[in-house]
Amino acid sequence: MGALDLLSRDEAPVREASITVRDLSVTYPNGFTAVRDASFSLGPGTICALVGVNGSGKSTIFKAIMGFVKPSAGEVRLCGLPVDQAVGDNIVAYVPQSEDVDWNFPVLVETVVMMGRYGHMNFLRVPSRTDRRKVDEALERVGMSAYRKRQIGELSGGQKKRVFLARALAQEGRIILLDEPFTGIDVTTEAAIIDLLRDLRASGHLMLVSTHNLGTVPDYCDQVVLLNRTVLAAGPTEKVFTPKNLERTFGGVLRNFELGGRELHDDDDARKVTVITDDERPLVFYGDAPPQKHDRDRPE
Amino acid sequence: MVPLGYEYMWKAMWVSALVGAVCAFLSAYLMLKGWSLMGDALGHSIVPGVAAAYIIGAPFAVGAFFAGILASLGMAFVKQHSRLREDAIIGLVFTTLFALGLLMASLWPTSVSIQTIVLGNILAIPDEDATQVAVIAVVSFAVMAFIWKDLMVTFFDETHAKSIGINTRLLKIVFFTLLSACTVAALQTVGACLVIAMVVTPGATAYLLTDRFGLLVLIAIAFGALTSFVGAYLSYFVDGATGGVIVTLQTVLFLIAFYFAPKHGVLAARRKRQAVVEAAAETRAGAAA
Ligand SMILES: Nc1ncnc2c1ncn2[C@@H]1O[C@H](COP(=O)(O)OP(=O)(O)OP(=O)(O)O)[C@@H](O)[C@H]1O
Ligand SMILES: [Mg+2]
Repeated sequence: MGALDLLSRDEAPVREASITVRDLSVTYPNGFTAVRDASFSLGPGTICALVGVNGSGKSTIFKAIMGFVKPSAGEVRLCGLPVDQAVGDNIVAYVPQSEDVDWNFPVLVETVVMMGRYGHMNFLRVPSRTDRRKVDEALERVGMSAYRKRQIGELSGGQKKRVFLARALAQEGRIILLDEPFTGIDVTTEAAIIDLLRDLRASGHLMLVSTHNLGTVPDYCDQVVLLNRTVLAAGPTEKVFTPKNLERTFGGVLRNFELGGRELHDDDDARKVTVITDDERPLVFYGDAPPQKHDRDRPE
Repeated sequence: MVPLGYEYMWKAMWVSALVGAVCAFLSAYLMLKGWSLMGDALGHSIVPGVAAAYIIGAPFAVGAFFAGILASLGMAFVKQHSRLREDAIIGLVFTTLFALGLLMASLWPTSVSIQTIVLGNILAIPDEDATQVAVIAVVSFAVMAFIWKDLMVTFFDETHAKSIGINTRLLKIVFFTLLSACTVAALQTVGACLVIAMVVTPGATAYLLTDRFGLLVLIAIAFGALTSFVGAYLSYFVDGATGGVIVTLQTVLFLIAFYFAPKHGVLAARRKRQAVVEAAAETRAGAAA
């Protein structure tokens, strides 16, 4: 790498966060095509939900965005850059669905979170004061400060998950990929993390979050991508996250019931209630109106 | 203090300590990945390289080194292209190479003393070999000092390592190259059979003593260097069995740690159980009163 190259990298303007997935197909080595012709694109200041049944290709899309599986057709671009370059430039942080790590490895919780900062350090990986502060903050945000001196294997499942979230936060990628971050996480922590995602959105980050908690999606996601081995619908939550689309995405799998107007309550409100649930957190529609935002998470 | 008067004694002690230190550095990673037998495997895989070197008249270390690289890359290759588990692959590759070595040695009988390869003898090492070994150890140590943190991330969580742009494949190749080189070096101090102890025991001992990887590496290096330094000295009195003495010292340290380690030792576990039982008894007594 020449001096010129270093210079131009320093002077390059901070690119706005974006993900462009164009005609993406992914075929695994066993010949199974998990995703076919998927396209969507997302810009800065966005939280996007990736929703679909088990095996619909959510994790596959994440792996393709990280460059861990190679597309058999189509391409992914991050901030306009090819995937490998974006990953090398420390633009993306990724929390996989399940961590494939060695739980007996002699590292403390704080060391694991510090690993998120490595991309910001020189090649000897000596942490600066800023790095330490970011680690403290990240641990604080996920409520794991009290456990920072524990060996990583000595935590509960949900606590481990929170530590890896903290690591992604400390990494400060402009793009953050979270593959089912809320499974096994308690409600309080989930609310705290969602608050955090909103803050990051306000500062221009782009987050792609896969989830089965349909009920909370309208609370914090402004965009939705519905997936079933290809993109069924993608766009703003109000437009895309409708009973009809969800019906299409989930087929017969959803627990879905409706209560008619009169049977529900005897007054002039003729709207029916539709309850859709894929997981423990149901999604409730009043009439055919766009999904309501729940008040419980929103500050007054 | 008779032997300290001899220059060759000092040389042997320093070279042993260097080799002990760098092997201990590598041991911190090997024993965590469950690759401990890799050291043994490499020690044996080197035999055909040594035999070939003698046949074509090349330096012993060069042949050994190439055989070592061949073995570790072979293992990496089989791992990548099959779903076999690591232990099966290690067993497969190293027995193949060892058999090849024996075959070569019997087809082209050489003057190489199998005893020197198997047992090693640092006290009788010629000057140029000593320099060779020292250079291997110092260079490997320097490289490890640069990449130890990236290796830690790679071995702990390869997905994350890749996601922060670390070239994990290159890093692993470098690691196994160093391992091959250090195995060759250790071969000359402790011999092929005991190489495995050098690349397992110090790391295993340190693992019992700490949950911090950085500290673990330091403890392992200190143990490796110290036992090798002292072991080489003591071996003068038992007439040359350097490997035996060094490894015995390492085992003694391991046993001490195994029993007395403050958190993961046998004694600590017993004390903790005791404390729980006593606390329970106290509560019961308190409730009865
Ligand atoms: N390594 C692999 N080799 C072959 N097929 C795979 C592999 N990984 C996943 N698949 C298949 O690809 C499809 C999509 O898998 P993926 O993990 O992307 O689903 P998902 O939407 O994340 O599901 P979940 O909700 O269960 O996490 C599945 O049918 C799965 O069986
Ligand atoms: Mg998945």
